[in-house]
Amino acid sequence: MDLAFTEQQIVFREEVRAWLAANVPAAPLQSFDTAEGFSQHRAWEATLNKGRWGMVTWPEELGGRGCNLIEWLIFEEEYYKARAPLRVNQNGIFLLGPTLMEYGTDEQKARILPKMANGEEVWAQGWSEPNAGSDMAAIRSSARLEGDKYIINGQKTWSTRAVWADWCFGMFRTDQQSQRHHGLTFILVPLRSPGITVRPIPQLDGLPGFAEIFFDNVEVAVENRLGDEGAGWSVAMATAGFERGLMLRSPARFQETARRLVELYSANRDSADRDPAVKDAVLRAYLDAESYCLTTYQTACRLNKGGKIGAESSTNKIFWSELDQSMHATAMSILGARAELLPHAPAAQGVGTWLDGWLFAQSGPIYAGTNEVQRNIIAERMLGMPR
Amino acid sequence: MDFTFTEDQLLFQESVRDFLVNEVTPERIRASWNTDTGRDAALWRQLAELGLTGMTVAEAHGGLGMTELDFVLLAQECGYVALPEPLVHTVLVAVPMLQDIGGELAAQWLPQIVAGEAKVIVGLQQNLVVEDAHVADLLLLQQGDTLVAATPQQVRLQHNASIDPSRKLFAVAVLPDVMTVASGARAAALVADALNRGALGCAAQALGLAQRMIDLSVKYTSERQQFGKPIGSFQAVKHHMANVAVRLEYAKAPTHRAAYAIAQGQAGAAHAAVGHASASHAVSHAKLVACEAANLAAKNCHQVHGAMGYTWEVDLHIFMKKAWALANTWGDTGFHKTRIGDRIFTKGTALGAGATFA
Repeated sequence: MDLAFTEQQIVFREEVRAWLAANVPAAPLQSFDTAEGFSQHRAWEATLNKGRWGMVTWPEELGGRGCNLIEWLIFEEEYYKARAPLRVNQNGIFLLGPTLMEYGTDEQKARILPKMANGEEVWAQGWSEPNAGSDMAAIRSSARLEGDKYIINGQKTWSTRAVWADWCFGMFRTDQQSQRHHGLTFILVPLRSPGITVRPIPQLDGLPGFAEIFFDNVEVAVENRLGDEGAGWSVAMATAGFERGLMLRSPARFQETARRLVELYSANRDSADRDPAVKDAVLRAYLDAESYCLTTYQTACRLNKGGKIGAESSTNKIFWSELDQSMHATAMSILGARAELLPHAPAAQGVGTWLDGWLFAQSGPIYAGTNEVQRNIIAERMLGMPR
Repeated sequence: MDFTFTEDQLLFQESVRDFLVNEVTPERIRASWNTDTGRDAALWRQLAELGLTGMTVAEAHGGLGMTELDFVLLAQECGYVALPEPLVHTVLVAVPMLQDIGGELAAQWLPQIVAGEAKVIVGLQQNLVVEDAHVADLLLLQQGDTLVAATPQQVRLQHNASIDPSRKLFAVAVLPDVMTVASGARAAALVADALNRGALGCAAQALGLAQRMIDLSVKYTSERQQFGKPIGSFQAVKHHMANVAVRLEYAKAPTHRAAYAIAQGQAGAAHAAVGHASASHAVSHAKLVACEAANLAAKNCHQVHGAMGYTWEVDLHIFMKKAWALANTWGDTGFHKTRIGDRIFTKGTALGAGATFA
């Protein structure tokens, strides 16, 4: 065990820091759930890609830097410290990208990954359906192979970023006689295809962060199938694994929230201490964010040495989503009567982005598989409890 | 950056786990409750033969010359079996203190500890009572701003019964003419160091205790049937256990980091002051989260055992009571939270992304 960074890692950190200092936009971008904010964020992805910082863990020939997980964590730390924009293409780069590298053909990788990396093609996900939420095996949207095309019919919902995205990936039932997780196929669908209707769904903040997608005889070339026909479930499980595993939420994000929470508490101590629970909540938030960082580094080091990640990765999503909720709840307590005010309200006085974060934190225990589903996975696959 | 244990460290953990699980059974622990001392001389000899009592003793004194980092995984295993013998105390607290004191005292006692012929016990005022004072051949006791070394003849012990029948606790009155081994700042440093090491021992044992309580509960809820099914198949029961698994999973790395920080502090004398501050912080973090995980394990594992968990007969309480006790000894939550708070609420402390390993 050696918990010091190597010379090479220190140099890498400095390189990231210098590039971000020179390139991160001075003023925050608008929300990527607005038309203008979406194109600002798309442009930022192109800038990142030009510096080859779009996806540092990807191989060099795909525009990445071939970084290992420790370097990725260092990159993320600098990224959040620099307050760089959120990643509009996270469905693509963090979820579909790794899945493509594992299951995609060379042709698919060459065709899809570079445009994903530079933000030219932004991805939405198409998992859920009105009757297939936590029970993803209940998917009914169909894809029928005709010649070299799939004909897709059905409906997807809660598709994050689908309003302005270019593509979506999802699972469709290719064998109409099949049940549950058999007979499903993983297909990539261009969202501009004829027969597609995207209906925005306003979220808690009033912005259309997700959407319903309706498919009416949509034709998709067979080259957009990822993995074998009928193998969709195992491909999707790999994607879901990335989602709740290491890559979706790096510790840096929560450590920065915890740091801001300590600052918020320190700046408002007199009023905050009237509720004696607040100080303890701030302290716990700090400790949990640190625990998340330490544990992630330990896991990353183990994986770098050839270790495997198992069902314990389901603990990850529960831990950070509950941490995020409690940190923002504590911030709301400290802000008191200001907490409900939108940032532009005259009496808000530098209320910052806590309210936005509070709203988003509500979704954490739900997306990427509800925390209840994660608890079942932990109990059954990690602890070996009976089904 | 390498946050992993070596193959050797992991293999040692495995072999010690096998030994402890076979030897330190719940039946043997229950039998020890009916003996005079509650301690088992034969078991202590076996632990010495495995090299465990002398793990952190320098090779010059016949020990293995290993570090806190080599021992932390073994301390977890001691927790897993709720080992009543003062092995964690010996390896993490008594031996390092003796080695710090050095001189004749160290030369006299360390080889005997390695051989399993003597037990040295450290008593701090912070702890109110002294663990295992009744089996000590030498006591190193904090007395005001001094540290004294006392033989069993130089003290009067008053037994203080614990809810955990395996814990043997004593108020210690020191008779006149004991040897002062350190005073003032030197004594304070020895005491602060011992407190950190004792707290690390609690954290590591808490991880093992939590895991044992999970294992007992998974077994119980897989066997116990109600409504025609094992109760472990019900989500309400599963989620109690999953919640423990989550907290436990995230308490491990902080504990390993604390062991590393203490081992580093020992090595890097040049940065002793800095090293000590960061080790204290790492230890308090570890103790808080590991003991919290063990307390949650006690609570939820008790719940899934139903009324059986409230009985003397079921083994759960062996581990539950130890977890409760460890949470408030070697610094209670107030002590450790104050240390964390003093650091993070001080202006200018580097926090946030990138600060953890800085």
